[in-house]
Amino acid sequence: MNKIISKNGLILATFALMVTSIVAVTQYLTKEKIAQQEQKQLLKTLDQVIDRASYDNKLFMHCVPTQSLQFLGSKKTQRAFIAFKGDKPVAVALETTAPNGYNGNINLIVGINFNGIITGVRTLSHQETPGLGDKIELKKSDWIHSFTSHSIQDHKDATWQVKKDGGQFDQFTGATITPRAVVNAVKNSLIYFQLNKKMLTTQTQRCGDK
Amino acid sequence: MNRYAELTWQGLWKNNPGLVQLLGLCPLLAVTSTLTNALGMGIATIAVMVGSNGTISLVRQWIPKEIRIPIFVMIIAGFVTCVQLLFNAYAYGLYQSLGIFLPLIVTNCIIIGRAEAYASKNTLLPSIYDGFIMGLGFTIVLLLLGSVREFLGQGTLFDGAHLLLGDWATVLRIEIVKIDQSFLFIMLPPGAFVVLGFIIALKNALNSKVESVFEPPVESEKPQRVRVSKS
Repeated sequence: MNKIISKNGLILATFALMVTSIVAVTQYLTKEKIAQQEQKQLLKTLDQVIDRASYDNKLFMHCVPTQSLQFLGSKKTQRAFIAFKGDKPVAVALETTAPNGYNGNINLIVGINFNGIITGVRTLSHQETPGLGDKIELKKSDWIHSFTSHSIQDHKDATWQVKKDGGQFDQFTGATITPRAVVNAVKNSLIYFQLNKKMLTTQTQRCGDK
Repeated sequence: MNRYAELTWQGLWKNNPGLVQLLGLCPLLAVTSTLTNALGMGIATIAVMVGSNGTISLVRQWIPKEIRIPIFVMIIAGFVTCVQLLFNAYAYGLYQSLGIFLPLIVTNCIIIGRAEAYASKNTLLPSIYDGFIMGLGFTIVLLLLGSVREFLGQGTLFDGAHLLLGDWATVLRIEIVKIDQSFLFIMLPPGAFVVLGFIIALKNALNSKVESVFEPPVESEKPQRVRVSKS
């Protein structure tokens, strides 16, 4: 009895070892390519929110960890990418979260130049209803462009709401909660930027550092 | 019918995993909202099935009966992880749009079903072929479901094909009807159930016709009963 158990145990362990080594080899061979793909994807997103001609540093390398439940909508550490022209900061791309979407979090990236004007907003991921709330994706609708070149006067700026609430941004037919959440998150990221402008450019800590 | 013809017949029609065995419904229903997703899922499933069936057939004499299931699961999980890594490296867009359903291929019962029912009892080549043809049968159902749903839901075919096949594939996108408001019901899982139901009904309706063409009449092995009673 014991003999059978230990024999089977050994066979199982051998198979586990073999399968694991195959996976390890594949992981090793694809590691570089995956990192490249992720970087390419990141760069593609950053290009959409900050004009590439406006800066000359390696944008995706200059990444500062940020965290603010009040203004960036998440307890988690998010990233901010700072664009420099020479040694002058010109723009920043903030990762932010709208915690109050119709169906959970909406992750956004907001590009803001150092005059406090929005250069672009993109939705990174969301679970809003297909056909109604998913118009926040550029693929479905160009609504997300309506933020571009807007800025904020003070923290209680009443124009930063959907039209239904008396603001300047369109809501969608059949979906108000989603655009309301996005408008609010973009507004909060502008406020965060104004409050933390200095910290963002002087921060020496980089994403991934402990 | 020779062995391979029989396997083909079983995998594509008689015992089709998507329409008859109804295995792997979770990915079948979840990812078929567009044709591109369906194709990507199909390719991944075929790759995993060929790999796992082949490997299991090769090592079958070393697998004790009592622990075969954990070993099968391990081999399948290994292949799925490799496929996932490869998709991540070479088809990043699709990797993102298939999301959680790519690693969930592990739980697709067709794969362990074929490992247990076929690969663990047969030699290498037939097992690989069985994996391929069963995967293909599944893929055909995925594609059918994907094209019907994408067409009814948003009036296009091959939307987002460049995610799978590279940038040249944007030309594959066909807009058949311009729909402003997408047909939500079809895009969500309930629509998938209904469309799948119709496809199964169609299969059943055609069944006797197709079988009479492809399946040779079964020769009865029992001796004919001789009529003895007088009437």
